[in-house]
Amino acid sequence: MGGQQQKKYERGSATNYITRNKARKKLSLSLADFRRLCILKGIYPHEPKHKKKVNKGSTAPRTFYLLKDIRFLLHEPIVGKFREYKIFVRKLRKAYGKGEWAGVQRLRENKPSYKLDHVVKERYPTFIDAIRDMDDALSMCFLFSTFARTGKCHVQTIQLCRRLCVEWMNYVIASRSLRKVFLSIKGIYYQADVLGQLVTWLVPYQFAHNHPTDVDYRVMATFTEFYTTLLGFINFRLYHSINLAYPPKLHSKSETELKTEHEEDYAMESESYLEKLSALSATLSRVISAPEDEDAELDHFPAEGEDAEALQVREKQQKGLDAQKRLFEGLKFFLSREVPREPLAFVIRCFGGQVSWDQSLCMGSTYNATDETITHQVVDRPNVDKKYINRYYVQPQWVFDCVNGKMLLPVEDYFPGVTLPPHLSPFMEEKDGDYVPPEKLKLMALQRGEKPEEEPEEEEEEEGDEANADEDYDDDEEEMDNKEVRDEKSLKMIEKQRSQERAVSVMVTPGKVKAENKMRLEYEEKAEEKHLAIMMMKKKEKYLYDKIMFGKRRTVREANKLAAKRKAHDETLKANKKKKGKKD
Amino acid sequence: MIVEASSPTIRQHGSSRVMVPGMEHLLRPARHFLSDGSFSVQYPVGYTVFSPRLTLPLSRVMNSQACAFRLSTFHLYFLKSLSEDIRNTVGNVPMEWYQDYPHIGYDLEGKKIFKPIRNKDELDEFLDKMENPDYWRTVHDKMTSTDIRLTDEQISLVHRLQSGQFGDVNFNEYEPYIDFFSGETMIHPVTNRPQDKRSFIPSLIEKEKVSKMVHAIKMGWIKPRKPKESDLQFYDLWAKEDPNAILGRHKMHVPAPKMKLPGHEESYNPPPEYLLTEEERLAWEQQDPEDRKLSFLPQKFSCLRSVPAYSRFIHERFERCLDLYLCPRQRKMRVNVDPEDLIPKLPKPRDLQPFPTIQSLIYRGHSSLVRCISLSPSGQWLASGSDDCTVRLWEVSTGRCMKTVEVGGAVRSIVWNPNPAICLVAVLVLLNPYLADKLVYNATDQLIASYVEPEEERPQPVQWQVPEIEDSDKGFRLIITHPKSVKQVTWHSKGDYLASVLSDNSNMQVLIHQVSKRRSQNPFRKNKGLVQCVSFHPIRPYFFVASQRCVRVYNLIKQELMKKLMANCKWISSMAIHPGGDNVICGSYDSRLSWFDLDLSTKPYKVLRHHKKALRGVAFHKNYPLFASGSDDGSVIVCHGMVYNDLLQNPLIVPVKVLKGHTLTHNLGVLDVAFHPTQPWVFSSGADATIRLFT
Repeated sequence: MGGQQQKKYERGSATNYITRNKARKKLSLSLADFRRLCILKGIYPHEPKHKKKVNKGSTAPRTFYLLKDIRFLLHEPIVGKFREYKIFVRKLRKAYGKGEWAGVQRLRENKPSYKLDHVVKERYPTFIDAIRDMDDALSMCFLFSTFARTGKCHVQTIQLCRRLCVEWMNYVIASRSLRKVFLSIKGIYYQADVLGQLVTWLVPYQFAHNHPTDVDYRVMATFTEFYTTLLGFINFRLYHSINLAYPPKLHSKSETELKTEHEEDYAMESESYLEKLSALSATLSRVISAPEDEDAELDHFPAEGEDAEALQVREKQQKGLDAQKRLFEGLKFFLSREVPREPLAFVIRCFGGQVSWDQSLCMGSTYNATDETITHQVVDRPNVDKKYINRYYVQPQWVFDCVNGKMLLPVEDYFPGVTLPPHLSPFMEEKDGDYVPPEKLKLMALQRGEKPEEEPEEEEEEEGDEANADEDYDDDEEEMDNKEVRDEKSLKMIEKQRSQERAVSVMVTPGKVKAENKMRLEYEEKAEEKHLAIMMMKKKEKYLYDKIMFGKRRTVREANKLAAKRKAHDETLKANKKKKGKKD
Repeated sequence: MIVEASSPTIRQHGSSRVMVPGMEHLLRPARHFLSDGSFSVQYPVGYTVFSPRLTLPLSRVMNSQACAFRLSTFHLYFLKSLSEDIRNTVGNVPMEWYQDYPHIGYDLEGKKIFKPIRNKDELDEFLDKMENPDYWRTVHDKMTSTDIRLTDEQISLVHRLQSGQFGDVNFNEYEPYIDFFSGETMIHPVTNRPQDKRSFIPSLIEKEKVSKMVHAIKMGWIKPRKPKESDLQFYDLWAKEDPNAILGRHKMHVPAPKMKLPGHEESYNPPPEYLLTEEERLAWEQQDPEDRKLSFLPQKFSCLRSVPAYSRFIHERFERCLDLYLCPRQRKMRVNVDPEDLIPKLPKPRDLQPFPTIQSLIYRGHSSLVRCISLSPSGQWLASGSDDCTVRLWEVSTGRCMKTVEVGGAVRSIVWNPNPAICLVAVLVLLNPYLADKLVYNATDQLIASYVEPEEERPQPVQWQVPEIEDSDKGFRLIITHPKSVKQVTWHSKGDYLASVLSDNSNMQVLIHQVSKRRSQNPFRKNKGLVQCVSFHPIRPYFFVASQRCVRVYNLIKQELMKKLMANCKWISSMAIHPGGDNVICGSYDSRLSWFDLDLSTKPYKVLRHHKKALRGVAFHKNYPLFASGSDDGSVIVCHGMVYNDLLQNPLIVPVKVLKGHTLTHNLGVLDVAFHPTQPWVFSSGADATIRLFT
């Protein structure tokens, strides 16, 4: 029994995928609408494992979507709305053409619109899923909220983005979930720990954007459309999870505090509430007024398979975290007008500090620069005219470095006009063999509680440390990198020596007792063994092995390069210092 | 039609005019000029001019350029009609029509108006121009053919009108504007006109429209406007979240990878080592944006104040968006293995001893590359052939060259007779090296001498010769003259048969010679590729022929092809057969060594790529489980190759030693390797004209 003849490409992976054009035809959508739908529904192309098979034998470059995804799109109500919108546009154009203004009015009133609630729920069936995918949403909303209210997108979108961002920042402040901040040249990175998920977002510096021409703002606007919906729902839930009222309301006490006579100087009536919220200086009102001391001691139970040691480690971590959350508690900051107000206020408030600014800068300032209880004033100019004795004047980097270092760093390095120490990325977690900048080592020592020595000694110490460190690197590198190479080289050398010995020794000379280095011999033997074993590797494994070793060698090389650069830099610095000293 | 200014028919509508002080001038009748020269009079609001013609406001007529050119004539009529009563009533007809008549028209009473008796000619005109001081203000009236002198008032009026001013000197055009129809409701209506009847009875057209709408509402065509939903109502979307209700689709979901977190180099104030040097910067700038490792140039700013906006911020966000919805996603398993785990666990070489480990002797003497070496069955002597046309015989233990035999050409192959009772070395000639017990070599000589010519001469492919006496003293015993140069010679294990490979393209590539009968034969009728080397099976009557791509195994008794081993390499250079006879190794020019297990398959059991360059020679040890390969990279690799008697157990192959010593000359390293028959020693001959012994 032969049965029907099997045809090629009618089973298996070829039927699981569909090309983009076919999908478009199946949904009978224009390409632009198809793309919009894909963005909203989170459908993306898949790379099939056997591309040629899926492509029915052709090797032409095509993008493939999962057939299931496309079938799933068929039942999407938004598709219907897209068609309605198309019809709406056609009708509107016609009405305009005929000059039927009443008709235009009527059509505009019945403009088809769609909601994305169900899409959010569908894409993120659980709340944690949604939080996991928040990074892009936040970055996008923060970007859009900085756009000028002209041209590039709808004003409502910008306002909504701003509102959501302010809500989010207020939540982070209220829940004290900020963990890391990083001032990069692109903008400011923040990382918060929300329900155990790390959420990282990037906020551009406050400048007018130079809008590029080769960017399709419609695509970005579509993304933003979805992201704003997502963020709104997330904010709602987050606010409720910590008993805050949503939409956020200022605490009645702080609201009266914030009341100023000339509110209308700052913002219009309709906007002043959002402005007050975005000032970030007031606490939010709670649905159930929480007791002042809300952090009840929780009992910790060891998780399964966790011993007492691990529990201790965890407890220690928890303690560190609690301490970090109260980092700025009891400190009173005042921001000068030249420092970026919003990020600093946000960061300081996230760690329990009090913050205020010049009244003319923004609404919501709670105390003046003349307040005697201010402990730190953040200044970003080389010299300050009028100084108060009982407060520190620091550059803004101090605040961020303190957050990343999880402790209050000595303020001496951050005085106005002083050359700042490098600002390190808190996101780098160096493994063994990676390059660690000496500043980080210093910071780690500080964190461990080791106190830096007196100035001159410290310098020497440092040098010694660095030298040691460098040597360490060198050693590491050699061990890591040159193991094989060195093995081979040494082997070659030995062979050569031996052969030469044999070749030359015609003359009889009194022999010398050659001390055999046992360790070395053993090492050589092992190296040779390894070399031989590597020879016997299978082709596939050898390839993999070579690749891994190549990668390792590269990282080591890079680390060495950085270390060498640093060394050279330090040496030139030292030389310059000496020269100066001599001149003096 | 001409409406006389003096007799406008005016109907006055009531007296309910709003009088505003200073507005009297508005109530004066304004004269309106019409296109044909006639005019109408209009009173301001409250009066209607009884004229069927379209009237234009005075100021507009005055200001319009189109009317300016007719002004003079208008005024003429206007003035005339006012001052004199004589008027031509012909109307708007060309005056040329009256050229031939004595009159030019008719006055109001219908009497002819006669032309003046004497027409002015050019000269009169000129004289008038010269003499008459009022010439400039004289206007000729074509209709009446009279000259009219304009008065001062008229002239000033003309001037005013020409300059776009109002005709009336006293009219002030900049008087304050009084909102006549002000927004305020007045007690009195502007007009006292009683309302129309139609304003009391319902409109039929409206009724029709309403009934249509009512019908449409009834039919459900018109629906009440939906209450506008306030967009964006947020609520607890995940209130009833059920982790079990996750769609199957989510299993195929590949979440987008998160953005890479920034490193130290992205800081606004990075440590100095992360800044690029000048060369690195140049290199970075010259790279394609796709190839760059960093998408930005690390920069250092002394303070936060001086950090500018990042110009590519929107770009990067946009690219991320594109990645999210356009980039095909695929789940890839990241191999996370310790490289040490990948290294196979092999038995330690120390446990596999004995094998040669160090170089112990060098045999020097040849002046050119030593192509081949062979050991006597006793292991006491070593024969070597070289490109310097000599065969040298060495004592193995001392490295002394015992004998040098000049042969007529480069020696490509040399083999010692494996039979310990016969002392013969096959080169192209059979050579008695005189190195052995006297008994043995005498016996050998006797054996060769005991040849009896056969009865009938058979045609031989080669010529067998007994050498001259001088040659015989050198050691030559038999010379087999081949038609072509010989590539390789090999003995059968019994020592009577001898196979040689000719470098020839015909079917005569392999010849088998029998020494005792001095007979040769060509076993193959057909040419099946260039033969590289041949070998006899150590025990069974099999014959191995290695062509460039494969090894053919023939049964000599049955005279048939038994097996074809596909070496799958380019090209086979050498071959060796395990003393057990079931395993074959082939070295190839593409630096591979393939181990065939004849019991398993025709494909190699194992392919070893230990050498970096072409393999030139391979060899098995007779007693020990060792084999060696020599290559152009100058190294000899000794491997432990254990073959078990148990057929179920596959051979164990472990490389045990890489021996180096030969120097590369002309890109050639080791040319031949050979094992000592009893000791675990390996000899290698190289292109550097030396033979080395590794023990």
